[in-house]
Amino acid sequence: MKNKNMNLLEIKNLHASVQGNEILRGINLTVKAGEVHAIMGPNGSGKSTLAGVLAGRDAYTVTQGEVFYNGQNLLEMLPEERARSGLFLAFQYPVEIPGVNNSYFLKEALNAIRTHKGLEKLDAIDFLALIKQKVKIVEMDESFLNRPVNEGFSGGEKKRNEIFHMAVLEPLLSILDETDSGLDIDALRTVADGVNKLRSQENAIVVVTHYQRLLNYIVPDVVHVMKDGRLVLSGGKELALELEDRGYDWVHEEAGQTV
Amino acid sequence: MNNETNTIEEFAAQEYKYGFVTDIDADSVPPGLNEDVIRLISAKKQEPDWLLEWRLKSFRHWETMVEPHWQNIKYPPIDYQAIIYYSAPKQNSLLKDMSEVDPELLKTYDKLGIPLREQEWLAGVAVDAVFDSVSVATTFKEKLKELGIIFSSFSEAVREHPELVRKYLGSVVPSNDNYFAALNSAVFTDGSFCFIPPGVRCPMELSTYFRINAASTGQFERTLIVAEEGAQVSYLEGCTAPMRDKNQLHAAVVELVALDNAKIKYSTVQNWYPGDKEGRGGIYNFVTKRGKCAGVNSKISWTQVETGSAITWKYPSVLLIGDHSVGEFYSVAVVNNYQQADTGTKMIHIGKHTKSTIVSKGISAGHGQNSYRGLVEMKKNAVHARNFSQCDSLLLGDKCGAHTFPYIEVKNTSSKAEHEATTSKIGDDQIFYCKQRGLSAEDAVNLIVNGFCKEVFRELPMEFAVEAQKLLGVSLEGSVG
Repeated sequence: MKNKNMNLLEIKNLHASVQGNEILRGINLTVKAGEVHAIMGPNGSGKSTLAGVLAGRDAYTVTQGEVFYNGQNLLEMLPEERARSGLFLAFQYPVEIPGVNNSYFLKEALNAIRTHKGLEKLDAIDFLALIKQKVKIVEMDESFLNRPVNEGFSGGEKKRNEIFHMAVLEPLLSILDETDSGLDIDALRTVADGVNKLRSQENAIVVVTHYQRLLNYIVPDVVHVMKDGRLVLSGGKELALELEDRGYDWVHEEAGQTV
Repeated sequence: MNNETNTIEEFAAQEYKYGFVTDIDADSVPPGLNEDVIRLISAKKQEPDWLLEWRLKSFRHWETMVEPHWQNIKYPPIDYQAIIYYSAPKQNSLLKDMSEVDPELLKTYDKLGIPLREQEWLAGVAVDAVFDSVSVATTFKEKLKELGIIFSSFSEAVREHPELVRKYLGSVVPSNDNYFAALNSAVFTDGSFCFIPPGVRCPMELSTYFRINAASTGQFERTLIVAEEGAQVSYLEGCTAPMRDKNQLHAAVVELVALDNAKIKYSTVQNWYPGDKEGRGGIYNFVTKRGKCAGVNSKISWTQVETGSAITWKYPSVLLIGDHSVGEFYSVAVVNNYQQADTGTKMIHIGKHTKSTIVSKGISAGHGQNSYRGLVEMKKNAVHARNFSQCDSLLLGDKCGAHTFPYIEVKNTSSKAEHEATTSKIGDDQIFYCKQRGLSAEDAVNLIVNGFCKEVFRELPMEFAVEAQKLLGVSLEGSVG
């Protein structure tokens, strides 16, 4: 039943706070299958908070609003249930798990998702075949498979590893939280190429970024500008270029309008 | 966090899996300790006079000693007169084969997952089963005998090989070594004895499975392993006890002797009853374990996974006497609820070019208190000695504690000792990261903790490593949040 016109994500008037401070002040956003949305905005505008709320980080309290994901009430789901239902967050700061083999970790994750879908768990041999193929998508050396999760990885390697996880877990909705930060231009291109290979008519991607440069490689269908906890402006990919030229300040005047 | 709290409560309510009691007739001596009790124990075991004298000497020395209290653990005074020092399941004391073992006992060990019938046991592991104060069965004895390996209960060794026992008993841990070793020397009841003759590499893992069953009894076993020139052996020890609301004392002594080029690997998975959630009951595990690398190029390796007991207090140590001898200590100690552990090792470098490695992983959860205490000593003549120590602590929650007391004494200029220590908390961000990939909170904690312990687990024999990982999971269930 999944098709291009289906609403994969529907956010209605979402308000969320951290320790009593309201960060999100009424977000409205609809993402359909097959689309790539970019959310841009200055530091502190609430971009990462939105990503965290969608993934179910418990530091945030949702005070108002609704979120539907693939027809389900997202806010009632546990973080792991969201993940198993195909919601993926590429972390801005991927976490190190010392001593835990990257591929072992991914196998556990993939099998948790497969079990949720009613599929059989992959055995070690099939899994190995799968990851050896997927690791090529992000041009990552196979040695990363047997290293502890993110431990001793450079900033760029960590980001690449996130996209590798995305490739293996094949999510329906991926949220890339500042995946471009800390990447040099070559790494940025590789990571973006990887993401592009994973785009399909069935899935959707929300790219959260401060800079426009990632969007040269991952070309969005819609660009949103976030300010003070609201999406104040939405437009096509050219909006990103305009933001790059003019900065975020002019958005004040334009706020409320849709280009 | 509500959902997490629920999971915690569910798991915390989970019971200790090995807490059942076997209903079996026992032959016990009355509670209390005096010379008559010791004579009675010795008589019951039909021991030679020299051993009775050794026990009595130990007891007289013990009476002059005071219970030590320097360790970082707290417990109410132990009433040594309230303890039953000997309890044995009633059965024919000299068994010819397994078919004579009481079926109730066989059932107990089956329940524990330790089948004593040889044909059912994994090929490659010989087992000695110690129930309360006596050894009830030893498997694969005949097969080992063909190689000249002696693997039997301690009592049997006293009967069959008195000259070997007499030669090595107390040679590593003297009967007056410390309070609990002296007590053990006076009242020890059974345990295992292994002797590997020169040049023989033991073809299977030797294993002793200790079980405390009777109420109010103490378990005082004694294990002695001797590897002669060029011999090699790997030995495993497992322990469980029923759930009881009173504390029970377990004061064992383990002595290892490695002659020239011999290697002994000693692994423990300790899962004595840890007490309940409020800290009632549980085993006091006060144990003296020491190995002597007597010969050149000899090696003694201790690996321990300590998840049980209300209190664990032990320092498996190595005396590195032979030149180029090697001592190793790999430890995982877990405390949850109100468990306490003060554990570590002593590496005493005496010979030249001796080497030691210490890897200690302490995990604290609930209100648990975990201390690493270690001594690395390099004597004057231990030139070019080397030590590397790594002590890592992992905290779950904010009510537990981790403490490290490393002592390093180097008395020559050519030796080198390195010490690394870390303390970390399982971060909410780590757990969230795992959840975001689809793992449950419990699976996340298991994964993180197992990753933390990896360097120790890989030292364990394969099947024990799997067992240890599962055990760790059970011990820590409910500790997230």
